[in-house]
Amino acid sequence: MSTPELARSRADWGRLGEPKTIGAAGIAAGVLAFWLTLPPLKATSLVVPVVVGLVAVACGGWAVSAGAKRVGWGAVAAGLLGVGLGIAATNSGRANLTTTFAWSALIASMLVYATPLTYAAMGGLWSERSGVVNIGLEGMMLTGAFFGIWGADKTGNWVLGLLIGMGAGGLLALVYAFFAIHLRTDQIVGGTAINFLALGITGYLFIDVYGSNGTPDLSTGHWLHGQSIPDIPISQHAGFFQTAFGDLNLMVWVSFAVLILTYLIVFRTPLGLRLRSVGEHPRAADTVGISVFRTRYAAVTLSGMLSAMGGAYLTIGFVHSFNQNMTEGRGFIALAALIFGKWRPSGAFAAALLFGFSSALAQRLGTVPHWASYAVLFQALPYVLTLIAVAGVIGRSIPPAADGQPYSKQ
Amino acid sequence: MTEQGDRERGAEEAQREVVEERKGGDYAPSVADSLAFYQRAGGIVTALMTAVIAFLIGGIVVLASGSNPFSTYKAVFNGTGLNWLFPWVTGATRATAALNLQQTLLLTTPLILCGLAVAFAFRCGMFNIGGEGQYIVGSIMAVWIASSFVKMNGPLHIVLTIVVAALAGGLYAGIAGFLKATVGAHEVISTIMLNWIAFWVGSWLFALGGPLQSKANGASVPVSNDIVQSAHLHVFWGDPVLQGLHVGFFIALTGLVVYWLTLNRTTLGYQVRAVGFNPEAARYGGIGVARNYFRAMAIAGTFAGLAGAIDVLGWEFRLNVNDIQVSNIGFIAIAVALLGRNTAVGVFFSALLFGALLNGTSTRNLDPTVFRPDLAGNLTLIIQGLVVLFVGADVLVIWIWNQRRRLRPGRAAAVPSP
Repeated sequence: MSTPELARSRADWGRLGEPKTIGAAGIAAGVLAFWLTLPPLKATSLVVPVVVGLVAVACGGWAVSAGAKRVGWGAVAAGLLGVGLGIAATNSGRANLTTTFAWSALIASMLVYATPLTYAAMGGLWSERSGVVNIGLEGMMLTGAFFGIWGADKTGNWVLGLLIGMGAGGLLALVYAFFAIHLRTDQIVGGTAINFLALGITGYLFIDVYGSNGTPDLSTGHWLHGQSIPDIPISQHAGFFQTAFGDLNLMVWVSFAVLILTYLIVFRTPLGLRLRSVGEHPRAADTVGISVFRTRYAAVTLSGMLSAMGGAYLTIGFVHSFNQNMTEGRGFIALAALIFGKWRPSGAFAAALLFGFSSALAQRLGTVPHWASYAVLFQALPYVLTLIAVAGVIGRSIPPAADGQPYSKQ
Repeated sequence: MTEQGDRERGAEEAQREVVEERKGGDYAPSVADSLAFYQRAGGIVTALMTAVIAFLIGGIVVLASGSNPFSTYKAVFNGTGLNWLFPWVTGATRATAALNLQQTLLLTTPLILCGLAVAFAFRCGMFNIGGEGQYIVGSIMAVWIASSFVKMNGPLHIVLTIVVAALAGGLYAGIAGFLKATVGAHEVISTIMLNWIAFWVGSWLFALGGPLQSKANGASVPVSNDIVQSAHLHVFWGDPVLQGLHVGFFIALTGLVVYWLTLNRTTLGYQVRAVGFNPEAARYGGIGVARNYFRAMAIAGTFAGLAGAIDVLGWEFRLNVNDIQVSNIGFIAIAVALLGRNTAVGVFFSALLFGALLNGTSTRNLDPTVFRPDLAGNLTLIIQGLVVLFVGADVLVIWIWNQRRRLRPGRAAAVPSP
């Protein structure tokens, strides 16, 4: 078949025949191959995942030969993975599957784990869109976590605790901003320093204030009097919706608001345009009268406050206690989500959900007898995915042009 | 001598020029200019100043929590065992000091090698945050090899373990180098990801039900098998049972020499430095930039992997999940390399500083009547953070240094304040 004929036959099909669409359908089929073997459908026959998976591989192969290489190979990989996981699922016990893949509980727990990541990733987005790399998200989150619970404990009010946590995170971010913007410190070095400092300061104060007994716990009843952030009950009808969304913490809902507001402000207002122009080409922004320094200071400080909100949610919304280094790399996962999501709010949120889902799955796997040890391994998944993403397999992640470059006026 | 002398004289002249120009008022050297100048003329000044400032602020923290900073620092110093170096310390104190100094040097050993891992990448213009991951991969490989092959000849076993672990570290770092060389992925991002992958994979390997977990004691403890006795490194100072100092210390010292030789006396080192100074110019001069990114990263990882192997063969002998999760040698190494200005001598001294600080503030070594040891560990973290913060901010340190000159009587009038 000659090329014009091929083009015509494709045009007949419209966009449906595009190699990219076929490839995307292949990826969907690959996911489907695995999903069919899980509850509630639980296909027990090997035939189902294998056939659907092979369809995915075929779609992928065709897409590759038609030129959509990236999507095509993605579909081939998804198909093979779907077949593999599907076979594994059909071979494992039904009871184990039911315990692990209780979808409604998984969704609720995914949202719980994704929330701190969302806050910190949005914080990182503000900072990096203004051209300041923020490796210190982890430290700012940890600061928010400690000062949040400290404030709530001392004042007896979670609102004040949250504000104190945000203030402390913002203050730490301000210190970082001074070094990164005015003193033009290497931003990676500065961020590393912030992480060390936050770890030391929170650890020091934690032991100094609470000693080895740790912060007061929910179980002592001390927390029932307004120190922890309340959950929001929605409906009384038991069911899928109720288990998934019915009793989420207030901060989960606030994180959605933060997400939407970040998107609207950064991408739909003149203010956001200025912010992004500072991050892409500070010289040009300066020339038209935008203060590069002021914009960056504001963005970095806000970034610290948002990350601190994520940290405060961890202590007074979720875990109800504090431990040394309790963020355990969540700030870095948030950074990974930001990169994975290509420095866009929707992408970063999707990545945060994905990473949250992997944490939730890991937690449920931990309760199944023979899978428990793999739950630990599962924690590495976000980092592996991000490594693959920066390697350019899933489309290149390109940061704002002036990200990481200190600006000096001429 | 003459070359060195000329350079110093040149620097002095440059300094005079800067001062004169500043007096003239028509030319103010930009911050970057004065920074470049001080880098040439007094690189050691900023490093020392940084450490002094960090310790000063640390002292304020101690003061704020109601202890005496002077006696605290003195207790920390005695805990490091560095007082062993003073000839007037004798008797039981000297014996204790010797024990403490052995511990300090045990910690200094991996810090030197991991510091070199960070420093080598720096010299090629890359920031290797992944020292920790490479160290973990090295120690995992070491524990695996040294606890297998039970019947192997001792020295051969040690060499095999060290070589495989170092190569594993190099390969692991090489992933980041390869990604940077081929698709331009930023090495900071990829090494952070590799750190956490090593962290979780390491936690999984030795956890309950993990593939490398020891089957002894009914497989109820999350720990690896012990390495075989014949693969232990020889202890040359102190009691082998009480974690004396092992010959790995000399391997680390050799690492410093190798580092210096490679960078300054080989074509490879020349290329690496050229790429570090200016990749575009290096490319123009016919040096393969991508290839050097990979090579520099792989060599850096080799140093860190070596550190992991030496720790396992020298005093750890086994790994448990907690060892992997609380280890932060690779992160402290960032401070070591930065404070040491990425030179061999600098890395040695700053590794000694941080090794001493870690050991001096440990629960076992610090006198609890002077300062709470559980707080002191965090004080070390704060001091580390401050060192890294100020090391990056040469401009601020230089500014403070210049204030000293301004305060000197007579000069205040000569140099008008802006």
